[in-house]
Amino acid sequence: MQPSTSLLRDLVRKRDFYAGGLMILFGLFIALKGSTYRAGTLMHMGPGFLPTALGVILVLLGIAIAAAAIAPVAAGAEDDQRILPENPQWWAWFCILISPICFIFFGRYFGMAPATFSCIFIAALGDKSATWKSSAILSAVVTVFGVGLFSYFLQVPMPIFTWRGGL
Amino acid sequence: MISTALTDLWYGFGVALEPHNLLWCFVGVLVGNMVGVLPGMGPLATISILLPLTFGMKPVAAILMLGGVMYGAQYGGAICSILLNLPCHPPHAVTCLDGFPMTKQGRGGVALGLTVFASFVGASWGITEMIFLSPLLVRAALQFGPAEVCSLMLLGLLAGSTLARGSPVKGVAMTVLGLFLGSVGTDLETGSERYTFGMTELDDGIELIALALGLFGIAEFMNSVNQVAPINTKYTNVTFKDMRPTKADMKRAFFPMWRGTIIGSLCSLIPGTGPTIASFVAYATEKKISKHPEKFGTGLIEGVVCPEASTHSSVQGDFIPTMSLGIPGDAVMALLLGALMIQGIVPGPQLISQHPDIFWGLVASFWIGNIMLVLLNVPLIGIWVKMLAIPYKYLYPSAMFFVCIGVYAANNDFFQVGEVAVIGLLGYVLLRLGFHPAPILLGFVLGPRFEENFRRAMLIARGDITVFVQRPISAVFIALCVILIGSQIYFRMKGSKADLEPAAENDGADGRPVGAELAAQRVRATPAE
Repeated sequence: MQPSTSLLRDLVRKRDFYAGGLMILFGLFIALKGSTYRAGTLMHMGPGFLPTALGVILVLLGIAIAAAAIAPVAAGAEDDQRILPENPQWWAWFCILISPICFIFFGRYFGMAPATFSCIFIAALGDKSATWKSSAILSAVVTVFGVGLFSYFLQVPMPIFTWRGGL
Repeated sequence: MISTALTDLWYGFGVALEPHNLLWCFVGVLVGNMVGVLPGMGPLATISILLPLTFGMKPVAAILMLGGVMYGAQYGGAICSILLNLPCHPPHAVTCLDGFPMTKQGRGGVALGLTVFASFVGASWGITEMIFLSPLLVRAALQFGPAEVCSLMLLGLLAGSTLARGSPVKGVAMTVLGLFLGSVGTDLETGSERYTFGMTELDDGIELIALALGLFGIAEFMNSVNQVAPINTKYTNVTFKDMRPTKADMKRAFFPMWRGTIIGSLCSLIPGTGPTIASFVAYATEKKISKHPEKFGTGLIEGVVCPEASTHSSVQGDFIPTMSLGIPGDAVMALLLGALMIQGIVPGPQLISQHPDIFWGLVASFWIGNIMLVLLNVPLIGIWVKMLAIPYKYLYPSAMFFVCIGVYAANNDFFQVGEVAVIGLLGYVLLRLGFHPAPILLGFVLGPRFEENFRRAMLIARGDITVFVQRPISAVFIALCVILIGSQIYFRMKGSKADLEPAAENDGADGRPVGAELAAQRVRATPAE
């Protein structure tokens, strides 16, 4: 068996250690917040009963997952322990997550067509081979098609163009 | 009894053949197939993206369309796996093993043609099962009190999360998380708000659409963006003429098809063993009884037909508990059940008697839809094959738009669009940490009903928790739960040794959880190749 310091170092490299840790955090949050609601008795359960119980169970499961990371894994048999993929795509991830935000912003103040265009444009920029031009063309094409489908055909009540500046 | 089932079925055909229902079923199959073919779009993503289109429809038309989307997407996924070696849906991982080698030999068309046929046979058997078993199950389920319903749900949740994919403990953790997410919002019984942090938009709970699209849309896009290898379309020149199997092929495929069908229907009877396990067991069995097992993996038609028939028969079988008990076996079923709930229909044993048009219409439309699938795929295969070549860089931004507008259309509220972004980020973190998000959906859909029944059971039993083991039927379910967990631990202990053997493929038949894990590992491994 290795000395404990390298065991600890091994542990922080294991993915399951973080997976378990995240579950423990979630569980603690759920249970602590849940205990502020009325728990009631088993016979007359209050709103806090089940969530608190779920939180406690989640903490226990988190401990089990993290503990499993301590146990030596059959050498190399398990899948990779990396949390980030080989080539992290921070820019692409950022683009994908910003895209709905753009949709909200432009949709609220300028209408469906600008929202659609910006949403697709930003998301498309995430691809490593994308250029401003290719993204703009793709967004324009999908915007025409999408607005036609959702605004005219499916009657989603969102104005195509509007101006709510100053709001 | 048979005559009543046939009368009901006749009625169902009447519903499904109404022109607008027929039209929506057709649209569902067509669009589902079209989206499902696209690499990286599994049935879950396809159904969630297309779900918003059904909001404005009547419940019957909506569910018929979604049913069509489901098997359209599944067949589309089979095309993608056979021609590109890219399984977008876990059950197809096995199909790739022999399907792609067949494509390399230039026999991809034959594999596709026979897959259509095999899925039709498998589905037909599953539908027949559904017609006769569902009413029986309903009669039993109507005797259930809250305690029984509760322990049955517990069994369903445990089976769905531990048998599906990956580590069982992580699966259960995801289910618990799903149950919690289901409890967000106004408590039905006391009216107090839970976990809303003062946001009135959360009073009605988290939106199902936002959850599904966040987990299976945005999280998946984040996972595959810039990671997808350029698609090899060298082998995808398949035309209508190539699809016709020879007589010898038909003869070779006939018995494997039936064996797969039977295996699939048996698997669907065990709660929680969805199509992934069914297809894996089918492949392993076929290999075991074959006279030349060493040839599997080199492009044998048996290795394609048997798992595909098994998948479809088990998917149809999964509809039995979903529709008759209201307890879905996997995330796809949970999503369909959620769609019914959005339409204001309460799932459970009373569904068949209260909404016979939905149940029998759905059954009949399965048949009609599967025939449509055959008819559509034969002439349109050339177009599908062209769609395979659409690069991911055009695909995911367009899908992002469908995600945003779909979530918005659910309530005409921008808040949910923000919700989907947050859930997407969370889903991606979970994915990278080795969790599979599908059980979250299962827990989320069942959560509120589980809590309601648990409360009621406790109220009736005057707070006596032992009621779950005192009532005989409930005790049986609890015992099954214990057996399930016990066997999982047993296989873990035993399986840790088997994992070391690289050629562990044969374990599929005798050690199901081990087999399932291998299948899941293969799914993760294959796209990287």
